[in-house]
Order: sequence, then structure tokens, then C-alpha cells
Amino acid sequence: MEVLVWLIPVSLLLGGIGLVAFVWTVRSNQYDDPEGDSQRILSDDWDDHPKP
Amino acid sequence: MTVELRGSAISACPACAAMPAAETLARSRAAMSDATISLSLPSIHCAACISGVEGALARVPGVTEARVNLTLKRASVKAPGVTAEELVGALARAGYEAHELDAGTIAATRTDRAGRDLLMRMAVAGFAMMNVMLLSVAVWSGAEAATRDMFHWISAAITLPAIAFSAQPFFGNAWTALRAGRLNMDVPISLAILLALVTSLWETMLSGEHAYFDAAISLTFFLLAGRFLDHRTRAIARSAAEELTALEVPRAWLVEDGGERQVPVAELAPGMLVRVRPGARMPVDGEVVEGRSELDRSLLTGETVPVFAEPGRAVSAGEVNLTGPLVVRATAVGADTSLHRMAELVAVAESGRSNYTSLADKAAKLYAPGVHILAALAFAGWWLWSGDVRVALNIAAAVLIITCPCALGLAVPAVTTAASGRLFRRGMLIKHHTALERLAEVDTVVFDKTGTLTAGAPEVLGLEAHDRRDLELALALAEGSSHPLSIALARAIRARGVAAAEVAEVSELPGYGTRGTWQGQEVRLGRPAWVGAPAGAETSTALKLGQGAPVVFRFADALRAGAEEAVAALQARGMKVVLMSGDTTPAVEALADRLGIRHWLAEALPGDKAARIEAMQAEGARVLMVGDGLNDTAALSVAHVSISPASALDAARVASDIVLLGGSLAPLPEALEVARKAVKRIRENFRIATVYNVVAVPLAVAGLATPLIAALAMSLSSITVSLNALRLR
Repeated sequence: MEVLVWLIPVSLLLGGIGLVAFVWTVRSNQYDDPEGDSQRILSDDWDDHPKP
Repeated sequence: MTVELRGSAISACPACAAMPAAETLARSRAAMSDATISLSLPSIHCAACISGVEGALARVPGVTEARVNLTLKRASVKAPGVTAEELVGALARAGYEAHELDAGTIAATRTDRAGRDLLMRMAVAGFAMMNVMLLSVAVWSGAEAATRDMFHWISAAITLPAIAFSAQPFFGNAWTALRAGRLNMDVPISLAILLALVTSLWETMLSGEHAYFDAAISLTFFLLAGRFLDHRTRAIARSAAEELTALEVPRAWLVEDGGERQVPVAELAPGMLVRVRPGARMPVDGEVVEGRSELDRSLLTGETVPVFAEPGRAVSAGEVNLTGPLVVRATAVGADTSLHRMAELVAVAESGRSNYTSLADKAAKLYAPGVHILAALAFAGWWLWSGDVRVALNIAAAVLIITCPCALGLAVPAVTTAASGRLFRRGMLIKHHTALERLAEVDTVVFDKTGTLTAGAPEVLGLEAHDRRDLELALALAEGSSHPLSIALARAIRARGVAAAEVAEVSELPGYGTRGTWQGQEVRLGRPAWVGAPAGAETSTALKLGQGAPVVFRFADALRAGAEEAVAALQARGMKVVLMSGDTTPAVEALADRLGIRHWLAEALPGDKAARIEAMQAEGARVLMVGDGLNDTAALSVAHVSISPASALDAARVASDIVLLGGSLAPLPEALEVARKAVKRIRENFRIATVYNVVAVPLAVAGLATPLIAALAMSLSSITVSLNALRLR
């Protein structure tokens, strides 16, 4: 059962990374335009160089 | 309508604010100078549209940033010194339809802070729930002694901070309710969560067998999911309703010594001169000082016959100028206009509607005391019987957790979300959270005539009775004018394959009609009084050649699309359909005959409509009012539930519970059908939740409920309830 000493912190850490990532997506307005984002990926406007 | 009303509504139910925010309108007046311009783009739908629109906007000189939001079908443009008209023009040239949105009204929806807050809390609760459940599975499958204690301690360490953050909305609402001496759904929820935490901590300290951390946190998660659904449904409705408001940008053309200047309506003051172009709405109450025209007052009074306007005539805000440009001296502006004073009637009437108790509130009223009494009895019984406070407290916590309204908290939001989503796709916007429940009870439908059952566009009657030469002349003259009657007449004559006669020197006299010369004789087409024909009660226009007898063309309002089907379908369902209008008796009678409506009321003043509806409701009828004008607003807010088309005045849309986004009335019967089904599903969901409770509560009271049973009962009932709600889609 000693393995639990590692497993539990690891599982909490992984879950925590997921939570932090989600909080970041919410804070950076990534759910404001889900439809537009799914379409924008098809556009080749800025394929050659990034948007200035 | 008023800030005070909304303030009190917030304390009763935090997310009831689906009305297009009236106070944000007030704020918007100051926001015109803002460099960010919002545009509505109703026709965009694809990746190419996004780059097309953004490219077209970026090419306009002065634009620093343009971003399209495809979900909301909007673009926000940072362009200091560029007017919205230039941007709309640039987009029109690129082939995209665009409308300016009032920046101040839209700003309120841009960041949905409450929604984001709920989402954040839900994420934290979800994260904690997953981890605690993992640990609980180990406990359920037989972890013992030190291992179990360690798992309990870790669960506690995760759950306590997670609940302290996530469950704040419930604690807050419960506290407000308790302070006001009321019980709501949040009181048993908060009590269950807190009691479960306290007993579980106590058990963990004494290395006991049962801890309910998993139950407490999953309860929080499921209930937050219900809240979030509820909030989203309303946020969508609110943003769509606000977009309708924002499309009417409050601007006016101010006439000064040096010329004309466009200003926000808020800057106008009594005594100023305002130019009103044909097709525009009067921004102020005032008096015509220059120009002749005709005014369409149908949104205010329901009358379809245009009124002649000449210098000296008083006009009120909201009337539409039809033919010639007018210069109006403002006598009352802003909140002093008759439009606003009448809209205030609505605020008074609205307080009457808040008497309706929603199904969820009714359930909570029965449920909350029941649960508390049950838990208290279980506690008292076990304490007396075993003499052990720890056992008794454990049992009471188990009872509270098992009966906790997880399914009840989801039952209503899941159904209303599914039903509102279905109706939204059919072009109906559910603004009020109890609108569906009230719609399901309706047995009488009252329609307004002008602009609701009729499309507000005239239609020529009996064209075949006229002779061909008259039609040729009428077409030639009608083509020279942009008056709605002329346009309708020209279209109808052209549809009969008649070509215009060659009339020379066609000129329009705003407010009177058009005249020209044909074979040396003067021909006139216009107001009957100007041409020399007797004026009838119906909308009509007359044609006169030289000294001959005038020929009169009569008009009726064209029916709105789907009006006939909607009325027929409603009557087939056994509903009483009533027509109430401010228009003249012959016009109303003709329409009632045409649609087969037996009960009608003509020449009704706004107060009459509201009084008749109140009388009907006093006799036990449940009235659905469908109307669009200012003269309907009082009736709309008195009625049990109300619907207005998107073309309605802003005041009417604010007053109604549901807005029809499309032009057609056809979805009306379906809306009633969906509302009935939704209420049926809500009741079913309550029943399902009750069945789970009836099965699980005896176990809990008997002391047989383990955390595993609690978790099973909770998730199973939540899932069944959500699935049952999804059947509505």
C-alpha cells in the first residue's frame, strides 16, 4: 500500500492541472464564440505568417 | 422597468432578470462617443464570411481592430473617428448585410460575469467530486482501519475548501431567505451540505465507518449544474432580447443654424428643432413647424389609416413619418414623452404578475418543511431510543442528504432548457422564467389587430373591378411615390400585367399624393379629400382624371404570415380566440370575419383592453395576449402570459414574456403544445424524484443508508430526471 503515497498526490496533481487549465480557458474568454472558433480553424488567412 | 422593481426581484430569485435591461438603456445614451462599434450581421454563417467581413472592415481607413463573433453573429470594431454608417456601407459593398447595434445596450451582455462565476464554481465542484469519488470507491470496496481514515482525511481536505467556494450561491440564498423569515429550496440544501460536512468530520475524527464527503460534494455539483443550465437559458434569451433593443439606435437629426447634425436622442431638449425623414420614427413629442407628410400611428393607437401632418400639428414620439421630411419642434423629450408615460403603465401592471408562484416554488413550499421535520424526527427518535447523539446525528444527516432536492433542483431547469431551446429554434424567445408554465395554463387567446394579426403592410382590395385605363394611370402615378399605399398599389397592378401609362410631369406633394399630366389633363392620385372623393372609414386612396368622377382604391391590411393557420389551430384546440383593436369597427369586423373569430372588440382604448382582460381573468380565464403596439403594453402586462412579435415597439417587447423572432405567427400553437409538454415533464420529474425519496427515506430513517446508497440514489435520480427532460427536444 506504500504506492498510495505516490498515487494519491499524482492523481490530485493531474486533476489539479486539468482544473487550472479549465480556469485559464474561462478567464481568457475562450467560450465566447465556440461556433466562430470551430470555423476559424478552416480559414487560411494567417497560415503564412501570424496575425500582426 | 424601474430599478427598484428589479432590485427587489433580485433578492427573491437571483437570476430572474431576463427582461431586456431597461436601466442599461439609460446608460447607453452616454456611450455613443465610444470608439468601439458593434454591428449585427444576421446573414453570416461560415469561415469565409468571417474572413470576408473582417477583411472588408480592416480595409476601411481608421479601423484598428475588427473581430467577428459567429455565435452571436456580431462584429465589434475598434475604429476611432469612423461612423457606423461607413462600416455598414463598406460591408454592404462586400455583400454582407449589417446593422448598427447600440453600443451601450450591447455592452451589458458582453461579459456574462454571473455565468462565468457559476461555471467556475461548477468546475471546482466537479474536480473535487471526481477525486473524492475515486477515494470513496476504495472505501466502499472495503478499505479498513488506517487506510480508510487516511482516505476520509484526504476527502475532507479536498471537500471542505471546494464546498466553501462552490456552494456559496446556495448559502447566500438560504441566508437571505432565512433573514426574511421564508423557506426556499436553498435552505434544506445548505442545511444538508453543512450537516453532512459536520457529521462526516466528526466521524472521521473518531475513525468511524461512514463519511458523506462524496455525497456533499456531488450534491453541490449536480445542483450547480442545474443553476448553470437555468442561467444559460436566460442569458441567451436576454442577449437576444437586448439585441432587438440595440438595433434601434436612439439618434436624431438636430436642425441648427449652421445645418444638421446627428445627435443621441438624450441630448435633445424641449424647444430644439428635429428633422424627421420619411420612414423614421418621431424621437420626441412636439409640433410640426415645417413640411407636410402623413403619419402612421398604428403602433400607438392601432389605427391603420395614416394621419395627415402639416405645420401646427402635434405629434408624439413613436409615430412613423411616411412621405415627406418634417421639421418638428420638441415639446417633451425622453421620460416626459407620451410614449414613456404610457410605458410606465406597464411597470405598475407588472407587479401584479409576480403573484404567480412557479411549480418549483410550490414544490419547495411543501418540500422544505417536510424534509426538516422528517430529519428532526429521525434525530429525536434515534436519540431517545439509543441515547447516542453521534448515531442520531449521523442518521439525521443521512436523511437530509438522501432527500436533498438534487433531482428537484435539476427537474425544472433541465426541462425549461430543453423546451426553450426547442422553441428558440422555431423562432420564439422565452424571456421570463415562468413563462412556459403560465403558457401551458392558457385557455383564452387575445390578439391585437394592427401589426400582430396583420403585417402592417396594406393590400389592395377588388382591383379587378377597375378599368384598365385607370389602372395604367394609377400605376404611373404610384410609381412616383414611396408612400406605403403607393408601393402596395403599384405592386398589385404590376402583378396583373398592366403597363404604366405615359404620364408627364409626375410630382409628389408630401402628405397629399402624386399628380401629373396625361393627354393634356391633370391626373391626381392620393388622399381622398385632396382628390375630391368622400373619405371612408377604411384606408383608401383615390384617382381622378381631369374633371371626371374620382375612382377609389380601397385597402386592407395584409395578414401576417401564419395568422390564419394560428387562429384556426387555436380554435381547433378549443381555445377562445378574441380580437381587440383600437381600429375602426368596419376594419376590425372585416378581419374577424375573414379569420373566423367570433369575439371581437373595436375602437378599444389601451385601458379598455387591459380592463377587458382583467375582467376575463376575474371570471377564471387564463389569457394569452398577443400584441405589438404601445396601446397593447398595459394589456400585455395584465394578461396571464404575453407574446409580442419582434417588430413590436420596445416597450411592448419589454412587457411581454415571449418574443416571436420570425415574421410568422405559425409557431404559436406549437409553443402552447411545447409548454404543455414541458409542464407535464416537470410534474413527471417531481414524481420521479418523489419515488426515489419514498424508496430511500425509510432506509435512511432505519439507519441502513450507507454513503454508497446515498451516492447511488442521488446520481440515479439526477440522471433519470435529466433524461426525461431531454425527451422534449
